Amino acid sequence: TKLNFSSALEEERHVRANDRDYNERFSYADNRIKTAKYNVFTFLPINLFEQFQRFANAYFLVLLILQLIPEISSLSWFTTIVPLVLVLAITAVKDATDDYFRHKSDQQVNTRQSQVLIKGKLQNEKWMNVRVGDIIKLENNQFVAADLLLLSSSEPYGLCYIETAELDGETNLKVRQALTVTSDLGDDVAKLADFSGEVICEPPNNKLDKFTGTLCWKDNKYSLDNEKMLLRGCVLRNTEWCFGLVIFAGLQTKLMQNCGRTKFKRTSIDKLMNTLVLWIFGFLICMGIILAIGNTIWEQKVGSDFWEYLQWKELTINAVFSGFLTFWSYIIILNTVVPISLYVSVEVLRLGHSYFINWDRRMYYSRKDTPAEARTTTLNEELGQVEFIFSDKTGTLTQNIMVFNKCSINGKTYGDVYDEFGHKVDITEKTPCVDFSFNPLMDRKFRFHDSSLVEAIKLEEPLVQEFFRLLALCHTIMPEERNEGELVYQAQSPDEGALVTAARNFGFVFRSRTPETITLYEMGQAVTYQLLAILDFNNVRKRMSVIVRNPKGQLKLYSKGADTILFDRLDPSNEELMFTTSEHLNEFAGEGLRTLALAYKDLDEDVFDEWMKKLLFASTALDNREEKLGALYEEIEQGMLLLGATAIEDKLQEGVPETIACLTLANIKIWVLTGDKLETAMNIGYSCNMLRDDMNTVFIISGHTMLEVQQELSKDKFSSGLDMEKTELYSSDSVFEETIIAEYALIINGHSLAHALEADLEQILVDVACLCKTVICCRVTPLQKALVVELIKRHKRAVTLAIGDGANDVSMIKTAHIGVGISGQEGMQAVLASDYSFAQFRYLQRLLLVHGRWSYHRMCNFLCYFFYKNFAFTLVHFWYGFLCGFSAQTVYDQWFITLFNIVYTSLPVLAMGLFDQDVNEQYSLRFPNLYRPGQLNQLFNKRKFFTCTLQGVCTSFILFFIPYGAFMTAVRDDGAHISDQQTFAVTIATSLVIVVSVQIGLDTNYWTAVNHFFIWGSLAVYFAILFAMHSDGIFTIFPNQFPFIGTARNSLNQKIVWLVILLTTVVCIMPMVAVRFIKADLYPTQTDKVRLLQQATRKQGPQEQNLRRVRRTSSRRSAYAFAHQQGYGELITSGKNMKVPTSSTSTYPLSSPTRGLTGTSSASICKCFRHQKH
Amino acid sequence: MGKKQAGTGPLSRRPDNSAFKQQRLPAWSPSLTPQTVLPTFYILSLVCLLLGIWLLITVEYTYELKVDYTDAGTCEQCFNLRKHAIDSSTPCKCTVSFHVPKTFPRVSFQHDVVRLSARCLPQGDVFFYYGLRNFHQNLRRYMDSRDDAQMVGRKNNLKAPSSYCAPFDYDANGKPIAPCGAVANSMFNDSLTVMYNPTDGSKIQVPLYRKGIAWYTDKNVKFRNPPTNNTFSLQQAFEGTTRPLYWQRPVYELDDTDSNNNGFINDDLIVWMREAAFPNFKKLYGVLNRAQGPFTEGLPAGNYTLSINYNFPVEPFRGRKELVISMVTWFGGQNYFLPIAYLVTSGLILVTAVVLTTVFVKVGKKGKNMEE
Repeated sequence: TKLNFSSALEEERHVRANDRDYNERFSYADNRIKTAKYNVFTFLPINLFEQFQRFANAYFLVLLILQLIPEISSLSWFTTIVPLVLVLAITAVKDATDDYFRHKSDQQVNTRQSQVLIKGKLQNEKWMNVRVGDIIKLENNQFVAADLLLLSSSEPYGLCYIETAELDGETNLKVRQALTVTSDLGDDVAKLADFSGEVICEPPNNKLDKFTGTLCWKDNKYSLDNEKMLLRGCVLRNTEWCFGLVIFAGLQTKLMQNCGRTKFKRTSIDKLMNTLVLWIFGFLICMGIILAIGNTIWEQKVGSDFWEYLQWKELTINAVFSGFLTFWSYIIILNTVVPISLYVSVEVLRLGHSYFINWDRRMYYSRKDTPAEARTTTLNEELGQVEFIFSDKTGTLTQNIMVFNKCSINGKTYGDVYDEFGHKVDITEKTPCVDFSFNPLMDRKFRFHDSSLVEAIKLEEPLVQEFFRLLALCHTIMPEERNEGELVYQAQSPDEGALVTAARNFGFVFRSRTPETITLYEMGQAVTYQLLAILDFNNVRKRMSVIVRNPKGQLKLYSKGADTILFDRLDPSNEELMFTTSEHLNEFAGEGLRTLALAYKDLDEDVFDEWMKKLLFASTALDNREEKLGALYEEIEQGMLLLGATAIEDKLQEGVPETIACLTLANIKIWVLTGDKLETAMNIGYSCNMLRDDMNTVFIISGHTMLEVQQELSKDKFSSGLDMEKTELYSSDSVFEETIIAEYALIINGHSLAHALEADLEQILVDVACLCKTVICCRVTPLQKALVVELIKRHKRAVTLAIGDGANDVSMIKTAHIGVGISGQEGMQAVLASDYSFAQFRYLQRLLLVHGRWSYHRMCNFLCYFFYKNFAFTLVHFWYGFLCGFSAQTVYDQWFITLFNIVYTSLPVLAMGLFDQDVNEQYSLRFPNLYRPGQLNQLFNKRKFFTCTLQGVCTSFILFFIPYGAFMTAVRDDGAHISDQQTFAVTIATSLVIVVSVQIGLDTNYWTAVNHFFIWGSLAVYFAILFAMHSDGIFTIFPNQFPFIGTARNSLNQKIVWLVILLTTVVCIMPMVAVRFIKADLYPTQTDKVRLLQQATRKQGPQEQNLRRVRRTSSRRSAYAFAHQQGYGELITSGKNMKVPTSSTSTYPLSSPTRGLTGTSSASICKCFRHQKH
Repeated sequence: MGKKQAGTGPLSRRPDNSAFKQQRLPAWSPSLTPQTVLPTFYILSLVCLLLGIWLLITVEYTYELKVDYTDAGTCEQCFNLRKHAIDSSTPCKCTVSFHVPKTFPRVSFQHDVVRLSARCLPQGDVFFYYGLRNFHQNLRRYMDSRDDAQMVGRKNNLKAPSSYCAPFDYDANGKPIAPCGAVANSMFNDSLTVMYNPTDGSKIQVPLYRKGIAWYTDKNVKFRNPPTNNTFSLQQAFEGTTRPLYWQRPVYELDDTDSNNNGFINDDLIVWMREAAFPNFKKLYGVLNRAQGPFTEGLPAGNYTLSINYNFPVEPFRGRKELVISMVTWFGGQNYFLPIAYLVTSGLILVTAVVLTTVFVKVGKKGKNMEE
């Protein structure tokens, strides 16, 4: 055999079962997952290497080296190395902590136990020790450890059920079936150990729904497809055990291949910051050049005369060389304009903000004990700039719980509750529920509030009975019953589950089924129906029917389906009832309920026999079987009698409409991207208030070819009264845009989206979509979700946020600037890929409007102040250059330069960046338009940067020249001179510290105790350190390092020094105060206004917050959408998914063949459907 | 990164309800309201105005006299002689006459107000400074060119000066220089004597305190001589070192009148070593001794002669030398910058305050558009 040893070039995978030696030749990946970056030994070198890849850190390293050259060293080495080491250490500690947690989670996954067949014995092994070619045994509810080829299972025909929520987000069970040859192996360990089949298949890829390969065993070849694969990440359900052959392991599994490499997300502020730092470097070099030229000129004109006193040989060579050296000296001195602590401070702030998110009780969901979690700590301020939200539907907007809410039976509606005056009562948690205690088999979680329906049942009204009988008979659900009355339904679609559960509680209990019979428990009586045919559901028919023979021998056809479809097939005598029901359907739909019409028909024995023969003939037909069957179904589903309609509520998550309304007010556009059908998606759109009746037009794009899609899109464009030019003309005018988008909605389905996302059409798509207030994309694949997000990222340059709960949302969560995962669900895939996670969609409002807005506000203020501070601090040297012959003499004590950024001024600004609140949380939520500045990037941008650096430059100018003027002629009050450099240094340094402290005081809107402590503490620390460094003791130990001995004492006891400090502070601060005051007075921002309001109300005392209630105003007719798959009818009638009758544990009198149940499988179902039935 | 608590109860992961974690710390949120800002401006303006006036009055009643002797009087010849710093061996003496128009310090005050403020004035102290112009004591490498460890009298550093002192660390013979470095080497070494010429034709030397002119910390902490005792003289302590290149005398013989003022603790040396921040500066030379004669009240008006031992060359760097006679006020010497700066600031703040008030009252919205 020709072997391919290189896994990188793997074209075909050969796996031989139970033959590790053979498989090891290919060096396939083992099952160990490694997401951690470092280990104990590699941490230091790799981490340092990574850190020095950062521009700023590398720059400071270069500076450090420059400082070691004596000719240009204008500052001691410690001024750079102290902050640098501190910064590196803080970052390293953070990286180490992150990596530690990654190690822990890797460890947790890698040490999960699985049973592996080794040397003919089942042994417990850790996941990481599982190899390709091993046969492993899975038990119910276990996670699949690797991509497996299903060999055999406990269920008949080698079937097994899996839940794929982690992979594609779908919570319904899927069936996998093993090859007959392998399923015969059963759980015979000896046979399995002898199994030596070889699988030849495709190399690892990320296609979840495709697999091709062949199994060669005993000289036979069997083809393999995806239906025989169990993928890593799935959970085995309802299956006692199964055996599988590992095909792909570890990083080569489809799940891991789909995870892709996590992109390192950067915020826009980060990017801006990098640009600004580059600009600052440019500025630095310019200043260096100016000063170097100055030095050259000075050396020629003045300095050369001075050489007698300074006999340095290199300077006597020429002035240009001196200028060159001076350039480097000044680069060193002025390096503090690029704040070394900037990056680390920003990181600290973000970390703090993340903790605030984790700690927020209002984002904690007590029912699932799930707090919000900031999983990425580097994106917080971007939460304050979101413009687009891409939301998944199922599990995010909706709970994926279907509740039988209302019904209409024979022209009468049930489900509403009326008070004694005949007014409709809003149903709340407290509304009393109907008592179903007459029924021992009821489902306790089922709640219904209208008691008239139970009364009707008790009165044995025939049509009401027929209604529930239909619901109990016409479905494809599998029941499971462990103990008497402990009945659990395994439903294909949650809708069906809800309907059958309703019937169950109203006394028509679906109890068991065989391929030929259905056993109901009708009002306590066991009744067995003969199941003659299932006329299965498909997308075209939009209905399903069953034909049964009841114990009295009558033949009945029961049908349920979309109202529009069923109404066409009713008996003409039903017309009046049809109209009444139709009205009721409209009413239900108006409340956002999913409706379904029910009809029945009595069948003639002869007609049925005739039809049955045709059906048998058609079902054996070789060609056009589907169409022939369809025609036959159509034939018999005619002239039915209408029974009524059901209304199911697709329960929204709590507070979804309110949240959406609030976020819309904050000018955030919300797009729904869902894998669901158009009808379902629209339905949810209406119930979330994203679609409304008063919208001008709802564009629906559902073309199947490129051309169709283009036409539809362009048509919409023109009908919205806008052509391309206008869009471009007004695209910058947000007011105009808003007035336009208020009116339209766009709904596009997956097929059309595929075309619309192509290069030619994407621009039109973006234009049209952005004109619409609401955009819903349905039937989209996970990849398309990501593409849509990518499209907006590319075309709109807006910050995007994706929120979802399932593995199908992972791609979009990773693509968007910010990914949010809904936690507390079964699948964790979305959460693991997300940047933030919490349990409820409604927390998004708080995340963005409170945390995001605060973070953005704080970060921007922080950056403005930081740049201001450093410019004010550093540029003093520039001015001094003109007086000291451009000799790169520092103004300050070197220790002051070392400590200024990291000790004297770091904590107040950090406290501001952590705790500041311009507007408190209630007002942030009450005035969503406060979110606007973030979206418009108003608080920190290039202009702001210029303003604050200019302010810094001015401050440095004042800081230098006022003391200069005063000190030119100053002497002490005892006549000794104090116009020496050291006193000058102390005076300027003290002024600087006071000025920047006052400035941070001005910038702080929210003075907590911490702020007070840090601001006053920093000043105190400054003076303490100043006196300590100028003290006798430290000088006598290190005379050369602390030459400022006594300066603090001798200068700060002078009145003139304080007069200078006072004047400098006043001159630096007052203009800022005036400008801010006048700005707030003449051009108040929204924030100013709300602040004022907040302060006014605080004086009056707290007021009750008026909550905006969102009314649903929709009256749109919604169509029922079957959410289940086709083909289950066949599975039931063939009996494939039912066990051979075994000794039933049931003591239940009517011992029709029921499914043999075990403890584990029953428990599994309970767990499986926990989230569907509360 | 969410911290999972150890508890397993139903609400075990619920965040604490602390004011800190819920960001509800009690806080003071000040804002720039007209009620606070406008009064602040007016008050600050007033404060600056008062301070400015006070300072100005103080300065007005102080007096300072400058005598530039670079090439004045008979000094022109010496000036030319000292074209090169290295030509220090030939002594040169010259004299310059000057006139003091008013008695230092002024004692008669016309106004009561002034008299009140004059209480703060030092009574009659007159200070003599030497001033240098265009001498860059603030060049980086000049300033660094010293060894504080040596000047604090450390034996090791005495014999092995810091490399920062280069090329003034060792002489041509490899002997260590004490004190080393460019700063010490370029020490101002003119000696100044002022003679009072009363109208009767006599000549009285103006008595000066030449000690106690340096900072206390400098004199007692920062500069120390190498250890000596009764048997071990200062000269012996400096054994093995040589004088700086431009000096005429070794460091232990700087003051021939007072042996306790020699070595590193010589007041003139200490004053010089405190490097000036700007190229034009003055340093204290002496304080008038008012113990006797016509000087009890201060420096009387009249004619004076300044005689100079002209050693310090300024011609090479186009510098100037001067004698500055001055008195000090409660906030230092005669300094017009601060009062004027305060007055200007006061004016500007007042203008701003008026503008702000006008804007607030006339143009501003006065919070009218503040509602939602």
